[in-house]
Amino acid sequence: MLTIAGREFGSRLFGGTGKFASAELMRDALAASGTEMVTVALRRVDLDDPADDIMRFLDRDRYLLLPNTSGARDAKEAIRLANLSRAAGGSPWLKLEVTPDPRTLLPDPVETLKATEELVKDGFIVLPYMNADPILALRLQDVGAAAVMPLGSPIGTNQGIITAFQVRIIIEQARVPVVVDAGLGAPSHAALAMEMGADAVLVNTAIAVAGDPVRMAKAFAMAVQAGRDAYEAGLGEARDKADASSPEIGLDFLR
Amino acid sequence: MPDYLDESVMKIVCNGEERTVAPGNKIVDLLRELGLEPDTVVVECNGVVLKREEYDTHLLTEGSVLELIRFVGGG
Repeated sequence: MLTIAGREFGSRLFGGTGKFASAELMRDALAASGTEMVTVALRRVDLDDPADDIMRFLDRDRYLLLPNTSGARDAKEAIRLANLSRAAGGSPWLKLEVTPDPRTLLPDPVETLKATEELVKDGFIVLPYMNADPILALRLQDVGAAAVMPLGSPIGTNQGIITAFQVRIIIEQARVPVVVDAGLGAPSHAALAMEMGADAVLVNTAIAVAGDPVRMAKAFAMAVQAGRDAYEAGLGEARDKADASSPEIGLDFLR
Repeated sequence: MPDYLDESVMKIVCNGEERTVAPGNKIVDLLRELGLEPDTVVVECNGVVLKREEYDTHLLTEGSVLELIRFVGGG
């Protein structure tokens, strides 16, 4: 069972709520994914559409909300969003995101570390989104991050785990759960992350923009389970030379 | 009579836009006027995040800067 900050999760797939064509589709895809943790963002209320409220479609008994600080460009902005999020959701859980460059949406390591330290002191349960930097993961863990969330590839790119080498080191070294976040574009990417020993994955875009998001959510759920089972079962070692699967003896009758 | 001479209206800034409200109005009055269910909105007034129970008592004052925030879809 996955445990983060003392809370147990029955599913190792975390869901996002962005980019769905409708709130109903989001609700159904999340249900199909079996997830127990979903991210949300904070934005100004649209005063032209005051009834537009995503919370009507999210069952708080079923999902733990993980509000993000998306849009924050530095630690100060992230902390302001964190305080709004705690007031809005009544919960200290937070996906810390500090992305100063809208072109790459890559996280700022210095501001992320600074914000993590301050927010942990202030009682938040912080899951920082980070570049796949093994040393940074240790630093974040040291200042009290509840988990680390290294990126597979930049947000929304569907490119899979182009950071595999670093993610493996992060998993090997981490004492807190490792959640591979961002860029997982296909169930096979999620399965690979789990086979590598990630504790969980977070998927939003790949499910939300699929032709059939509900079916894609199920596909990701199966892939995450398959990858986790494979990791726990113990994968065979990769080798450079062939190693026959059939016996090499008992062929005398052919020669 | 221009607004600035009219003591029956106050100017505030709400989500970046100037609005006029009647003196004595509280946060909850503004939310209702905007068609917002108070439990679905977080209010930051002059940089300070308000608690839900303060919506019913917190008076709007001339020049108050409000941010009305809520959860939206995100990853």
